[in-house]
Amino acid sequence: MLKVTNLECVRGENSLFKDINFTLEAGELLQVNGPNGSGKTSLLRILCGLAKPAYGEIQWCGNSIRSLDEEYHSVITYLGHLNGVKDNLTAIENLSISCALAGNEIDENKAYGALQYMGLGGREVLPVKVLSQGQRRRVTLARLLVCSTVLWILDEPLVALDSTAVDLVQRLLEQHLDQGGMVVMTTHQDIKVTAVLTKRLQLV
Amino acid sequence: MFLWVIKRDLLLAMRQRADVLTTLFFFVIVVSLFPLGVGPEINMLRAMAPGVVWVAALLASMLSLERMFFSDYLDGTLEQMLLSPQPLSLLVLGKALAHWLVTGVPLALIAPILGVQFDLPIDALLVLTASLLLGTPVLSLIGAIGAALTLGLRGGGVLVSLLVLPLYIPVLIFGAGAVEAISVGLGASAHLSLLGAFLLLSLVFAPWAAAAALRISLE
Repeated sequence: MLKVTNLECVRGENSLFKDINFTLEAGELLQVNGPNGSGKTSLLRILCGLAKPAYGEIQWCGNSIRSLDEEYHSVITYLGHLNGVKDNLTAIENLSISCALAGNEIDENKAYGALQYMGLGGREVLPVKVLSQGQRRRVTLARLLVCSTVLWILDEPLVALDSTAVDLVQRLLEQHLDQGGMVVMTTHQDIKVTAVLTKRLQLV
Repeated sequence: MFLWVIKRDLLLAMRQRADVLTTLFFFVIVVSLFPLGVGPEINMLRAMAPGVVWVAALLASMLSLERMFFSDYLDGTLEQMLLSPQPLSLLVLGKALAHWLVTGVPLALIAPILGVQFDLPIDALLVLTASLLLGTPVLSLIGAIGAALTLGLRGGGVLVSLLVLPLYIPVLIFGAGAVEAISVGLGASAHLSLLGAFLLLSLVFAPWAAAAALRISLE
């Protein structure tokens, strides 16, 4: 499972955080808290392998994620600050293409189902540029419904969402954790997700 | 997966046809300016035609390089591609191929029409098209490295031309050389073979180098 030892991140001359240690087992949720600029996004980017830590190691099932590389990518889903949707494509195209590029081709019915579940029924074939911020976020989050990855790394997934969508995401996370998934997330909002174990990591 | 990248980029190009057309019109206008500027001296036009068409093709292809990764970088789809379980170099190859399909191929197809302005004979026009078809994918592949290296930098557009244009020189020499050779009756096969060799070489090395550059740029 996920094991992080002595992680340190340096930006310029400053050390953002150091000596971060935690493990994450099946069904566990890790909530990363901290003020703006404390390195939450940097931590998540390091966890998914987009950035290199200044020091320390991240292991997935006993192997360093550096050595696993593409194998590790097939077990994680990362949703960052940026929505990762193309303005000129429709919601349905965005969803099927991003899933296909993540190595998980889905058929059209499944994609329609996921968008409907996220409350985007009737807006599937609109180009994403005409959707609101919250609706774009929903298109992004719809990927969680159809992916089959174990570890979800979510950077502020609730930004721009209304309360119904927040409930949807909470249920989605609970379901995922229930099935033995793992979640690492940052959020400034209060979110109640029942997990086997909820760990908190405070960055200063 | 590889096909999905191509499909995606072609779909995006279809939705933003203006971008594709600007490149093509840029090429047409630059090539057409020369006969107007130089005057109707037919021997001189014939002699300079291959060079003019090829330089315009280099510039047109370079003009569209920034688009290859930049919009994906801005909206976050590029970082999702980096997290794909497929090798990144394969993805880059797909993007370079899509770039070639929307810029290189139209340039090669319209070049013979423009060549008529320079009074090029039929066989020279055919060789011109063939050399462009072999050479423009090399431009897209080498350009991918430059575009990946300058991703997210201020003034990246100018920087990419400084980085990439010197690397285009061999393609220019042998591309234009092929047309000159056929015009003087030497046969173009040697030049075209060399262009083919460049293509093979860049197919192997450029995606790998561009993938490494992307990883650095996104860190």
